[in-house]
Amino acid sequence: MSALTFTLKHRTAQRVDMSPLVCHLLKELKVADIAALTLQSGKHKLRVDELFTIEGSDAQNIVIKNSVDNLDFIGKELDGGCISVSGDAGAYLGFGMKAGELKVSGNAGLYAACEMKKGYLEIAGNTGDFLGAALPGNKMGMKGGTVLVKGNAGERVGDHMRRGNILIEGNAGDYCGSRMTAGTIAVMGQTGRYLGYAMHRGTLLLWTQPQLSASFNDCGAHTLAFLPILFASFKSLNSRFADVSSAFNRVQRYAGDMSETGHGEVLVRIA
Amino acid sequence: MIINGVTIDATFAEAFPMKATRAIITAQNEKWALISAQAMTGFATSVIACGCEGSIERILDPSETPDGRPGVSVMIFAMGGKGLAKQLETRAGQCVLTSPTAALFAGIDGGIRIPLGKNLRYFGDGFQVSKQISGKRYWRIPVMDGEFLAEATTGQVDAIGGGNFLVLAESQPQALAACEAAIEEMRKIPNVIMPFPGGVVRSGSKVGSKYKTLGASTNDAFCPTLKGMTKTELSPEIESVMEIVIDGLTKEDIAKAMRVGIQAICDLGAANGIKRISAGNYGGKLGPFHFHLQEIMA
Repeated sequence: MSALTFTLKHRTAQRVDMSPLVCHLLKELKVADIAALTLQSGKHKLRVDELFTIEGSDAQNIVIKNSVDNLDFIGKELDGGCISVSGDAGAYLGFGMKAGELKVSGNAGLYAACEMKKGYLEIAGNTGDFLGAALPGNKMGMKGGTVLVKGNAGERVGDHMRRGNILIEGNAGDYCGSRMTAGTIAVMGQTGRYLGYAMHRGTLLLWTQPQLSASFNDCGAHTLAFLPILFASFKSLNSRFADVSSAFNRVQRYAGDMSETGHGEVLVRIA
Repeated sequence: MIINGVTIDATFAEAFPMKATRAIITAQNEKWALISAQAMTGFATSVIACGCEGSIERILDPSETPDGRPGVSVMIFAMGGKGLAKQLETRAGQCVLTSPTAALFAGIDGGIRIPLGKNLRYFGDGFQVSKQISGKRYWRIPVMDGEFLAEATTGQVDAIGGGNFLVLAESQPQALAACEAAIEEMRKIPNVIMPFPGGVVRSGSKVGSKYKTLGASTNDAFCPTLKGMTKTELSPEIESVMEIVIDGLTKEDIAKAMRVGIQAICDLGAANGIKRISAGNYGGKLGPFHFHLQEIMA
């Protein structure tokens, strides 16, 4: 069985809600039924076959080709299976994802991995603000799983994040790890201002010295035993995080945000 | 059955169901991993008075440990799950948490989960940090030498305790040398421990006593100094008897350990003063697992 492939015919003027096109919802459907599904685009409902050429039938292995940045909610609440996006993805990529694998070859928009629960999300390009964050007004962001961004991430990475790993090979914008409750955010590149703003707990693992707020206190240089285990868990990734040369266990530890409970930490690699 | 001049008695070892767990202790070097493991499995020779039976299973290469440091695998056996969990936690708290540079990991992934670092984390007084990595939860507990890293839980599985055999020799040094040779081979077998000091016990017991308060007392039938005053099991030339007790995860594991141990003793043979191999049992009425010596050595 070949992968169920949706090839975008043309870019729509309005944004498109792609949430019906996930593995677990298409599992029992025939191709004709899938073609007849409707996708919300602005005020209109569009048939899937109006927007996409459909090929293949394996709904556990979905490919979206020619994807553009106004296709929102790709992989929403994905509960197993694999979605591969060729091109860019819109906002809310992998929103509330529960299991499975979601890979994007291009960039992703705002709120990627928003309130994600489990599974693996990979973005080969850059991603917008609020990666792994909670929806506005909600108190719990990402609750599990792993997100890998090979490019840069926008502002507010992991806002209200509760569990899981966010791995960024590039840079992260301002307010990275803001209001974090727990979990790990690792950034190989630069980080912006207000790092860990109002974070309660959790770990920000950095390769380069950040600009820290006055509410983060230096706890000194340490060799931490959990870091080799953490890096070992990245070994299967197609990423610089999997390189042995990227791993380290000697860090400068800063505790904060002291304006909150102060149980969070920023760990900066000591070269 | 006679192997190299050593008589293998037509008898069996009687063993009992137990609960077991395994933990991995790592440290900066093997020396400190061993110190911690020895402390954790100290005073754990017999459930009769120690609450559990425990010992080092084997030394681990850094490539085999979760954090890539030198390590030691320890196993603990108890009669019930509750007792096992209590012993594990107490020993981990007093002997591994306290041990310089030590970290503590689960040695069994499946089974019923019992706390390892789950409750020890409270020693961190609120400064402890949880990390969930690849589906496993770890606790980072701040201590004076840095951080004590402990996996939250380990697995508890059904196991067997009380596999044994007796080595009957012409002299005490010969009995001990034979037991040492056996233990050296038996320690290469995974999933088993020999919980007594050095793996050898010289005070085998029988059920009951003339003193009402005692449930067990010396196995007079195998005491060489009592040959003339009790219903002895010993022939005149036997001057010393030592026992090796084996706890293991499965019947096969124990049988395998018994086989290599007895074989190592038989290799020394009668020429080195080893006369007989026997085993301890209670007539087969108490323990459901019977290890027949001649079947094992067939």
